[in-house]
Amino acid sequence: MSAMPPGAKSGSPLAFVNARLIDPESGYDGPGCVVVSEGVIADVQKRPKLEAGSAAMKVIDCSGAVLAPGLVDMRVKTGEPGAEPKETLKSASRAAAAGGVTSIVVQPDTNPPVDEPAMVDFILRRARDIELVHVYPAGAATKGLGGERMAELGLMAEAGAVYFTDVDRPIVNSKVLRRVLSYAGAFNTLVAHRPKDPWLSDGACATEGELAARLGLPSAPAAAEKIMLERDLALVELTGAAFLVDQISTAEALECLKRAKDKGLEVSASCSINHLTFNEIDIGDYRTFYRLDPPLRPERDRQALIEALAEGLIDLVVSAHAPAPAEDKRLPFSEAAPGAVGLETLLPALLNLHHEAGLDLVDLIRAVTLAPAQLLGLQGGRIASGAPADLVLVDIGAPVRIDADKLASKSKNSPFDGRRLQGQVLMTVVDGRVVHQAAQ
Amino acid sequence: MAPPVTDVSETIRARLNPFPKRHFVSAGDLHPPDVDALLDLADAFVELNRQTSKKLDLLKGRTLVNLFFENSTRTQSSFELAGKRLGADVVNMSPRTSSVTKGETLIDTAVTLNAMKPDLLVVRHSASGASALLAQKVSCSVINAGDGWHEHPTQALLDMLSMRRALGSISGLMVAICGDVLHSRVARSNVALLNLMGARLRLVGPPTLMPADADRWGAEVFHDMREGIAGVDVVMMLRLQLERMDGAFVPSMREYFRFYGLDQEKLALAAPGAKVMHPGPMNRGVEIDSVVADDLSVSLIQDQVEMGVAARMAVLASLAARLENER
Repeated sequence: MSAMPPGAKSGSPLAFVNARLIDPESGYDGPGCVVVSEGVIADVQKRPKLEAGSAAMKVIDCSGAVLAPGLVDMRVKTGEPGAEPKETLKSASRAAAAGGVTSIVVQPDTNPPVDEPAMVDFILRRARDIELVHVYPAGAATKGLGGERMAELGLMAEAGAVYFTDVDRPIVNSKVLRRVLSYAGAFNTLVAHRPKDPWLSDGACATEGELAARLGLPSAPAAAEKIMLERDLALVELTGAAFLVDQISTAEALECLKRAKDKGLEVSASCSINHLTFNEIDIGDYRTFYRLDPPLRPERDRQALIEALAEGLIDLVVSAHAPAPAEDKRLPFSEAAPGAVGLETLLPALLNLHHEAGLDLVDLIRAVTLAPAQLLGLQGGRIASGAPADLVLVDIGAPVRIDADKLASKSKNSPFDGRRLQGQVLMTVVDGRVVHQAAQ
Repeated sequence: MAPPVTDVSETIRARLNPFPKRHFVSAGDLHPPDVDALLDLADAFVELNRQTSKKLDLLKGRTLVNLFFENSTRTQSSFELAGKRLGADVVNMSPRTSSVTKGETLIDTAVTLNAMKPDLLVVRHSASGASALLAQKVSCSVINAGDGWHEHPTQALLDMLSMRRALGSISGLMVAICGDVLHSRVARSNVALLNLMGARLRLVGPPTLMPADADRWGAEVFHDMREGIAGVDVVMMLRLQLERMDGAFVPSMREYFRFYGLDQEKLALAAPGAKVMHPGPMNRGVEIDSVVADDLSVSLIQDQVEMGVAARMAVLASLAARLENER
């Protein structure tokens, strides 16, 4: 798979020619060439043929395929440490490379959790040894993800944690979240929070409504998201913190988000690719691969999310990669683990929004590259001289049929299994190294 | 005057049709002619069950496994009797369930059981969709004896049998289903089957025990029981679990009985000759007054138990007839 030996950061320079270049920073979408050398983008030319190339370059003819910045996925769960049979950092990195994702932010809800600097360091060291894609740890906002005592945000930020979150567990105590938000401000770091009222959502595995009632599934009203979000936004206003709404999923919550943004609060929002693709009808046969957290919503909400993404109200899209082995999914719906793997399907599923919903390609690419990179203070997400050579080459029209058994993830819980999408990742480049290349 | 044995068994054989599906997991899977056929067959089994000799050999050589992850003396013994009267070998299994391992137990048990080659598998489980999941994993016929809040289709069938015998046609009957609709699989299966057969439906209960959008189930929703049962032909009461009554869903037992318990005074508002039903076991003095429950001129509650065995015999015999065809 790897065309160069590991660690060969420099190697010979690569020249991508005859590409359709998409740069979300400048908004450029047109013919182009990119020269990669010493792990960074050395030259960008907005014409199909390269001028002033050198013989030492390895030339890659893109044949008109899209060359874009590698994807930055801000919400990836692995099982390392603590649940390696689900997914390791290595298998997740392979899955990312196969999906054109060059940077992943791994979530802190591991065992033990990433709630202190030594754990941040552990993740970074493991990632360095694997050397496939960039792996950034997110730190826990509270000790043990307990929602009660603030974790060592400063030390973890210093060690390399890129943002703080208690992942799927809302911080119920408003005083605690207020302090986390205030304190994180001193270190210029982002706090992400899942808006979910824990009492309304207790035991729920579906969205309240006719369908869940007919299926006899415990459900929570959509208001459970809005209620918590309103509180969160009030605390953001109080503290002036930089805040990420983690996986917004309902039309009602989008209205709250819009008000907060209109007010000028430093708020961003992510949305999972699953909620942009599927709706609650998909759980109709109790198929547990569609058991997600937040649960799938009615079509009305999905349409509102797509519109919000098109308008830029939703800033970024995540895979919400959550591996679960067969034994956690082959259960009655309400007892199955929530979540779906998504690293390898994020890009084709996103492209589907371009092909079928008519969303602008540059805007879509921005939501998985530049937008998350800027939020995290990373240099990637753009195609410009001096930027890291993290690239994906993708044939956006090529039909692909997703076969869960062939995914690189250790867990195969993909709701896309058997679906036909368009978008074949041809090559993934990280720091100038080819880390994935499609079989010819 | 009861007809002689041979007549009934001939009637049964004449009325026996292969079941339209391999499994019986949802009342919604049936079509009106299937329901009529099952009810006609069940009628004949009622006659058989009232004779001294109640045995037939329609399930001879067949193995019926009762797999009950949730306790239920009534339903389990009803299926057991139904199987034995049809000549099947019946095995009862009640796997111990702990909150940690119950899911694993379901699939593991299914695979283990399947290897023992049963023909019919009757399942009760606390999770909605469990029977459907099991049906995917085994090669025998699965009969849903209750999955979570989802369905309990043989209960709906026996309820309909009781209603049809007491009141004639189902079409046009006005039926009020009263109580904890939210957590009730009995209600969901009855709504599906009664709608299918042309009854008019009302759902009655406090808002906290009514599912979201229940008004879109093809039923009228009432929160005032007096209004809800006014003029109805059948009042079907549901069991309210005691742990839901201490302030969780309703404030107290006595408040529930005051507003949603069926007593003679409320029953007087129903149509003349209205019948009262309850899937059992009853909480006397909570959802139903003993005076009403025990009044055989209005109560079908004991009939329901009798019809339960006959309706289940009809389902088992039809499923077995289908298995016969598959050979």
